[in-house]
Amino acid sequence: MENMTETLKMTARDVSVFYGAKQAIKSVSIDIDMANVTAFIGPSGCGKSTFLRTLNRMNDTISGARVEGRIELDGEDIYASSMDVVQLRARVGMVFQKPNPFPKSIYENVAYGPRIHGLAPAKADLDRMVESALRKAGLWDEVKDRLNESGTALSGGQQQRLCIARAIAVDPEVVLMDEPCSALDPIATAKIEELIHELRGRYAIAIVTHNMQQAARVSQKTAFFHLGTLVEYGDTSEIFTNPREERTKDYITGRYG
Amino acid sequence: MGTTEHTVKAFDEDIGELRGLISEMGGRAEAAIVAAMDALVKSDTSAASRIVSEDTRIDELESQVEKLAVRIIALRAPMADDLREVVAAIKIAGVIERIGDYAKNIAKRVPLIESRRMIEPISLLPAMANTATEMVHDVLNAFAARDAALALRVIERDNVVDDFYNSIFRTLVTFMMENPKTIGEAAHLLFVAKNLERVGDHATNVAEMVYYAATGEYLGDRAGREG
Repeated sequence: MENMTETLKMTARDVSVFYGAKQAIKSVSIDIDMANVTAFIGPSGCGKSTFLRTLNRMNDTISGARVEGRIELDGEDIYASSMDVVQLRARVGMVFQKPNPFPKSIYENVAYGPRIHGLAPAKADLDRMVESALRKAGLWDEVKDRLNESGTALSGGQQQRLCIARAIAVDPEVVLMDEPCSALDPIATAKIEELIHELRGRYAIAIVTHNMQQAARVSQKTAFFHLGTLVEYGDTSEIFTNPREERTKDYITGRYG
Repeated sequence: MGTTEHTVKAFDEDIGELRGLISEMGGRAEAAIVAAMDALVKSDTSAASRIVSEDTRIDELESQVEKLAVRIIALRAPMADDLREVVAAIKIAGVIERIGDYAKNIAKRVPLIESRRMIEPISLLPAMANTATEMVHDVLNAFAARDAALALRVIERDNVVDDFYNSIFRTLVTFMMENPKTIGEAAHLLFVAKNLERVGDHATNVAEMVYYAATGEYLGDRAGREG
């Protein structure tokens, strides 16, 4: 906590999101830092995924979506007109609910990002980046002998780790995960959770999850959203043993939601 | 607090069952102390042996509490106040079991104190026992109602029991010096007083757990006090 300012990666201040006339997020302020995994929890429709998507401007692709307030990455306004969105998404990567590898080889799935961002001048550099990303994603040993096979031929859990490898291949600063394990079995889920644990500190990580046990297991900070507002934010251990807000307590103890 | 029901109703039933077991345990331990003191004062050895044998029921209840609590943790993954309550229940059951043991211990001394009518300080013990059992009684109500304020009032009363003990100790020691022939019996009474003093301590410990379960705060953190 004492080094919060040093490790602070993203700050959101009074962020509101509208879908047309409907306000989906109401003045949310929160910090995402390098040292901690931040979990966003809350019932369906509470705005947690919407909020996550504001952090790398994924909502830009939805027509009628409008974002107010200020979100900074290393002190830089990500909604400023000078911000290159493609560059932003390389710095703030994303992993989705369902694994969505490209219908290409395992190698190409990971090489894609570094290549389009011009990060790999030579084939040898690219090989190194692919291996490094696959190692960090805990997938290397399982796929090193079949890098030319299609990414879609992998199991669901492997596909999701491939997507994580793809996200981190461009060396992002922040990794956003939107329910990354909801389509996976418990073993594959455990591997992703272990991976999140290992990636912590290297990237600032924010994860949306419906699985509260998962939030409790993987995060150090938890934010509880309800009806578009941030109800409570704090240390995960506090939130799950002694939440301050009645609504948080009702949700995490299974009294509604 | 905790008035709303869980979406999964079986969870509420489990918690209700857990509370029921704690209440039954506590009720039995409280009654055992009262009965043991009664047997002591009346020198009723058959009542005393009944108390000793009935203590096994309290032990059984403790193991039921443990099993149910483990099942709830495994199957329901309780959070927040639910989690605190389940953890508190396990610890409280352990403490109540000890209170039951003290009742048994007092009952076991009944046949050993034959000349009790000669030992005048015995008259102080029932009042001390009343205070201690009231603490047990109130702390169980506080647990059932998640009443932190009532738990605090129980803790405050521990001083009264301690004062009783100190006063009985002095009286008995004086009595022993004046009547050396009664030292054996008087020593037993001293142990009875000590047992009651421990009952008060245990009620205080339970009150601290109840306070934690209800509020999420440790009393030690707040006031720097030791239970």
